[in-house]
Parts: sequence; structure tokens; C-alpha cells
Amino acid sequence: MKLGFNIYLGGFLTLLVILGGLLAQWIAPYHPVLDANLMNAEVPPGREFWFGTDAQGRDVYSRILYGAQISLTVGIVSQLINTVIGVVLGMTAGYWGGWWDDLVNGLTNVMLAIPSLIFALAVMAVLGPGLVSLLIALGLTNWSWTCRIARSSTLSLKSQGYVQAAQTLGYSDLRIMFTQILPNMMGPILVMATLGMGGAVLSEAALSFLGLGIQPPFPSWGSMLTDAREMIRLAPWAAIFPGLAIFLSVLGFNLLGDGLRDVLDPHMRTRKL
Amino acid sequence: MTAPILEIDDLHVHFPVTGGGLLGTGRKTLHAVNGLSLHLNKGECLSLVGESGCGKSTTALAVMGLQEPTSGSIRFRGQPFSGPEAPGRMDRARAAQIVFQDPYASLNPRQTVWASLAAPLRLHGVTAKSEVEDRIATMLKSVGLSAEQGRRFPHEFSGGQRQRIGIARALILGPEIVVLDEPVSALDVSIRAQIINLLLDLQDQFGLSYLMISHDLSVVEHMSDRVAVMFFGEIVETGPWQSIFTNPIHPYCRRLIATIPDPDVILGRSRKPTDGEQPDPPAGWRFADTGLESPDLTKKPDPSELVEVEPDHFVRLARI
Repeated sequence: MKLGFNIYLGGFLTLLVILGGLLAQWIAPYHPVLDANLMNAEVPPGREFWFGTDAQGRDVYSRILYGAQISLTVGIVSQLINTVIGVVLGMTAGYWGGWWDDLVNGLTNVMLAIPSLIFALAVMAVLGPGLVSLLIALGLTNWSWTCRIARSSTLSLKSQGYVQAAQTLGYSDLRIMFTQILPNMMGPILVMATLGMGGAVLSEAALSFLGLGIQPPFPSWGSMLTDAREMIRLAPWAAIFPGLAIFLSVLGFNLLGDGLRDVLDPHMRTRKL
Repeated sequence: MTAPILEIDDLHVHFPVTGGGLLGTGRKTLHAVNGLSLHLNKGECLSLVGESGCGKSTTALAVMGLQEPTSGSIRFRGQPFSGPEAPGRMDRARAAQIVFQDPYASLNPRQTVWASLAAPLRLHGVTAKSEVEDRIATMLKSVGLSAEQGRRFPHEFSGGQRQRIGIARALILGPEIVVLDEPVSALDVSIRAQIINLLLDLQDQFGLSYLMISHDLSVVEHMSDRVAVMFFGEIVETGPWQSIFTNPIHPYCRRLIATIPDPDVILGRSRKPTDGEQPDPPAGWRFADTGLESPDLTKKPDPSELVEVEPDHFVRLARI
């Protein structure tokens, strides 16, 4: 029962974020940037402005919908980069072993020792603020766990008969990795990627909150929090709703990841067989 | 007599083991295979028998190129099959293939049977769609499966059927040697006979030479032309299966043969050849100190050699 609950609630929240982001252009009642009207500043939530307005009189609801685009882009693209780096390094290290394995292991341990947000901060400081540098910074800093899982999966799959058989049939190392090993470890890798998306959304919010991420006036949930901070007593809704959006989307990604882990776990599959 | 198809000469495979100690000072070398020599004639089945850990499987992996030998040579049709002059994976694939013990781990769960048979064919230059189809259908039929079953995934098959698929995959490229690594020991007793008969039929049909690794002596008795008994990395006795089973000489080999449940003995109709006293070795020779009770794998064994006691029947003995 728990198995169903995680994946359904997680899937529902994730779907909500995806739909909100994709359909923002059509369903947002106001423009997130241009519809600023100081006469409407700090209006509490009501019929006209569902989630209220911020200090510049912009509709918080519309800004959250557009902000979902940023969060999704960051979550998906940075996790894609992380997963590719982690899988390529981990799989080759596990398969080839030797000095390459030692090197990758050392690198992974170094990455795990550095707090990823601090590392991302340093990368952002070098690249400058903006969406692209945000994607690069988050994409380069969170591959260590994926790498470890890819490496250990490869080590255990390598001794399976079908991987050895592929070698005796003349397959090259790369062909073995991509046709025999990778498809059989996609489960845990996919779970790691989904779980990491929540972390990436949080990191984006944190970096934008610190002023290093998405630059104003374009909305991201983190930068909306920054803007709302100064008037949190007068207009708490301007901070509460972006905060809730971050909370619910991260919860959604994590539940989806957990749910996928349960579904993809072969021990849970006996029922279906 | 023609030259053997596969010759293994003085094969050594050593593994470093860390024997504890704070700084890894207990480092020793494990002699998994220790100066093994044997030959496989075309069209015969040679069984390599011995207890777990005696180096049988390591030998099989070395023949398949999955384990690099420490020293010694493996030759296929007189050409080097190990070491720096060994052929590449592609040439090796058409010469020798392997059937694994565990039919559940030996098939990729994400590939249909068809896909796992078609990929090696395409890799080896069979690109015409109709030819790939034909060869797969023929091969599946040879191992007792229908072409239609090829569209299924491994988890839809039973253990015996999976082993048939494993055999089909080993034979699809038309190899000359097939290494059978405990081919039936993971299967139900009721299915073993089917698979053994299938292997014997295929051997006739394709003119295959089998190198079988086994510890199941009833299977060995049924399938082998010759037997090589391995004990801690060395061959202690080798010969035609009749001589080995009726007249074992080496103490370890006698023990091994004595473990076979023989219906004639159980029914009291005959006496086992191994019931009697340990026969004396030929004059001038003694049994080497193999440390039958507690062999030390890290110690170099006494110098000994294989001595012919009957035609083609060799026993490992040391000079007095």
C-alpha cells in the first residue's frame, strides 16, 4: 500500500510542477515581469490576486508558475549532466579497474568531502550568475553518489555469466558496457537522478537566494524568497507561496524517487511474476 | 593420431592474497593453477574433475581468455591462444565458447533470446536479415526450442530451457571448442539427463570438442572420453574414462571415485575397485607429498611428474 502511495503522490506533485511550468504562458493571469503596478503592491491573497502581490505589485501566482520553468530546467538538466558524468566515470572505473579506478575513486571521495553547495558557489563565482552557469555549477557538483552506485553495480554485474559471455562472443568493452551493463543498472541510476532533482531545486533556490542564481527581474523561487525577505512582516504571502512551491516540488521529486526505487527493486516484483 | 585441437602446457595462474598484517606484510601468492598440462583431441569430451577450489574453473577462464595466465601456454590448432600473440576477441570467439553453470545469471534479463543471438551474428558479419533469421531459427531448433520462443525474455523460461538458450548462444558462431563449466549442476536432476543428451547430440552434429568442468562424476562418466583429475592446481591422474573409473591409482583420485554411488555396490552385486588396499606405485616411484589432508596452497609442491601406468593413463608420481 505504501508502495502505491509514494509513487502516486510523488508523481502527482511532479506532474503539477511540470504542467505549471509548461502551461505558464497560457494559465498565468498576469505577466511575471511586465505586469508590475506599484498601485497594487503588497495586496494580500484574494479573488484578483490568488497568492497576493509582491512589493512591485507583481502577481505571486503568475511568478510561481513561471518560476517552475526555472526549477524544472535546473532539476532536469543539472541531473542529466550529473548522471552522465557519474555513469561514465563509475562504469568505466568498475569495468576496467586498475589505475583508472583508483583515480575515479579518489576524485569521488574528494567531491564527497567538499560540501556541494560550497563547491557550486565557487563555480558560480568563477562563471558569473545566470541560468547557464547555474546548470553547469549544479551539474558538476553532484555526481559522486551516482558514480559510486554505477561503479558498484558494474562490479557486481561484471561477474555475471552474460557479461562474460558477451566478452567471449567478441564484444568490445564499450559494447559490453552499453548493451549488457548499463541497461541492467538503470533502475538505481534513475532513482538517484530523481532524488537528485529535489536537491538541485533546493540548491537553485539557495543560490538564487544568495543572489548568484537567476537574476531579477526574472522569477525563480529562490530569488522570489530573497525579494520577499525584506517585507516578510507586511506581506508574508510573498515568501510563503514560493517557499511552499519549493517544499512541495522537492517532496514530489523525493517521493517519486522513493516510489521508483520500490517499483524497480526486483524483490518487490515477485508479486507480478 | 592427429594433433590435438587444444594444448595447454605448464599453465600457471597465481593470485596475490593479502594474508593480513597491519601493513599487508602477510602478502602471499595463491597458486590456483600450478603447472597444468593437458590436451584436447578433436571431437572428444575431456572432463576436468576435482573439488571446489582446485583450479578447474580458473583453467576454463584461462582457456576462454577471461583470465590472463601467469605463465605457460595455451595453443589452439598449434597457434598461440594466450599471451601476447593470442588472437583478438573476435577470432577467439569463433574458436572457443563457454556454457556457464548458472542458467539464471548467464542470460541478460533485458534482452530477448532472439536479440542475444542476433547481436553476435551481426557483430561477426552476418548482416543479411534473412540469414540471421535462418541461423537463429535453426539453432533454436537444434537445442530443442521453437523459433517463436525466441521472442521471449529469459525470465519466461525454466532453468532447463535457459540452459538450452545458453548452449544456443555458445554454438551460434560455430565454435570448434566448447568449454562446459558445470553445465548441469545447477539444474534439477530430472532435467540433467535431457541436457546431457542434448550436449552429446550437438557434439555429433557439429563435431564439437568439449572441455567439461565438473565435480559430478556420474555426469563425467556419461559424457567423457577422457578424464583429468585435478588436485590443488595440478593434474594428478589422467586417462581414458574406463581406466580412471576402474583402476584409479592416485590416493586422491581413489577417494574421488569412491564417492560415486554405484547401484551395483548398493545392491551388493559387486565390489568397488577402490575398496581394496591402496595399490603400490610402480617401482622407483612414490606418491608425492600432496598434503591430502591440509594442502598448503602457498607452498611449492614436491617435484613430481606424470608417469604412464597403462596406455594413455598417467599418474602424478615423484622419484624416490
